[in-house]
Amino acid sequence: MNAEARPAARLASTSVGALAAMKGVFARDMRVAFRQRQDLLNPLLFFVMVVTLFPLGVSPEVSFLSEAGAGILWVAALLSVLLSLDHLFRHDFDDGTLEQLVLQPQPLFLLILAKTLAHWVLTGLPLVMLTPVLGVMVHLDGNSIAVLCLTLLIGTPVLSLIGAIGAALTLGLRSAGVLLSLLIIPLYIPVLIFGTGTVAAAAEGASVGAYLALMGAFLMLALTLAPFAAAAALRISLSNG
Amino acid sequence: MWQFFHKLGSPKWFFGISTRFMPWLLAGGLLLLMSGVIWGLAFAPKDYLQGNSYRIIFIHVPTAFMAQSVYIMMASAALVTLVWRMKLADVFVKAVAPVGLILTFLALFTGAVWGKPTWGTWWIWDARLTSMLILLFLYGGVIALDRAINDEKSAARAVAVLVLVGVVNIPIIKYSVEWWNTLHQPATFKLTEKPSMPAEMWVPLLLSVLGLYLIFGWLACVRMQTEILSREQRTRWVKEFVTKGRV
Repeated sequence: MNAEARPAARLASTSVGALAAMKGVFARDMRVAFRQRQDLLNPLLFFVMVVTLFPLGVSPEVSFLSEAGAGILWVAALLSVLLSLDHLFRHDFDDGTLEQLVLQPQPLFLLILAKTLAHWVLTGLPLVMLTPVLGVMVHLDGNSIAVLCLTLLIGTPVLSLIGAIGAALTLGLRSAGVLLSLLIIPLYIPVLIFGTGTVAAAAEGASVGAYLALMGAFLMLALTLAPFAAAAALRISLSNG
Repeated sequence: MWQFFHKLGSPKWFFGISTRFMPWLLAGGLLLLMSGVIWGLAFAPKDYLQGNSYRIIFIHVPTAFMAQSVYIMMASAALVTLVWRMKLADVFVKAVAPVGLILTFLALFTGAVWGKPTWGTWWIWDARLTSMLILLFLYGGVIALDRAINDEKSAARAVAVLVLVGVVNIPIIKYSVEWWNTLHQPATFKLTEKPSMPAEMWVPLLLSVLGLYLIFGWLACVRMQTEILSREQRTRWVKEFVTKGRV
């Protein structure tokens, strides 16, 4: 990879405030990502392909798909976020950018939060935007699709945040990809349960406010705690050699 | 107090003191477990509803109970590893993770065996079963991460972070699974809502839980001693122990 494609993080001076540093990290990650457009596309293609497997593998019947569609979309979104997590720190680890980030005077957890946000904007958000199309393809009704998009909008940042911990823990290990899935999938279960539970409640005509509030609580919890754990894990992985 | 705390950090001191405790742990554990299980299997009264099949409770409940409390012990040790960098704490986490995995597996297995005559099925996606299965995954993850990192110190600290993240998640997973279950299927199989047990049933159950606790303590000591010997193999006391047979 040529140096031009990966600009260095320019935030070395101590006079840069934490917020400005976060902005810098975020902007850099976006810029790097848009210079490697294929990497942006891959999780989305994966998402579409996994969803395609279900009508082919289980049943193309409208009754089955409209019943299971929300669950299928949620599982597919979860898997494609999981697949993209490897990119979160890997390239920065390989070329040494990550070590520079750790050495910054700004708190590491804030910089990681910025990186995770960038990861979500680059993978989670496009998944949410693609969901209505796939929702129509699995015969969900309009109301269900709207609620599904809303749950994914709240849920995918949680997936990115929890995933950052796993990505930081498995950084630089052999067979990191499989290990990452083993560590992270059990922690994703609550998000999945409430994500699909909300859509099921909406389909039955029940009020979804309480479900959405709980998902919001997950998001707040992950937003406040996960960056600290990821920062601790990152320091350990970097000291690993 | 502080002296004791500092001594806990010394593998050599632990090695000596645990050698003295271990026969008592094993003997007490075997005695309690045997008496609990024999009492439960042979002498406790039949359940009026389930007949004799309920007797697996004397194995099922102790393993399920231990499977969860081992994780809590691991989490406490993980906190100690991260905060005080105490050597013994990460030896403990590494030593007991496989034991926890096997206890969880046994709890699931005996649960399945019990489920067949009682519920008519080996497996049901019930809240408790599912959360135990997730606990099994968490143990598996901890062991896999520990094996994947070559450097001992970073492995210990990475595992500690993972165990603590897991412990924050366990209550969330547990409640989410329970709500998920009640959302989709009404509580058909509330096995826990039985008339309170007579003493002839819960006393042997308590004995076998305590017995398994002691045996776990013994097993943890054995595994920790092995781990200590391999980690400290370059020190003089280990060489003396290996050649002369005492600390």
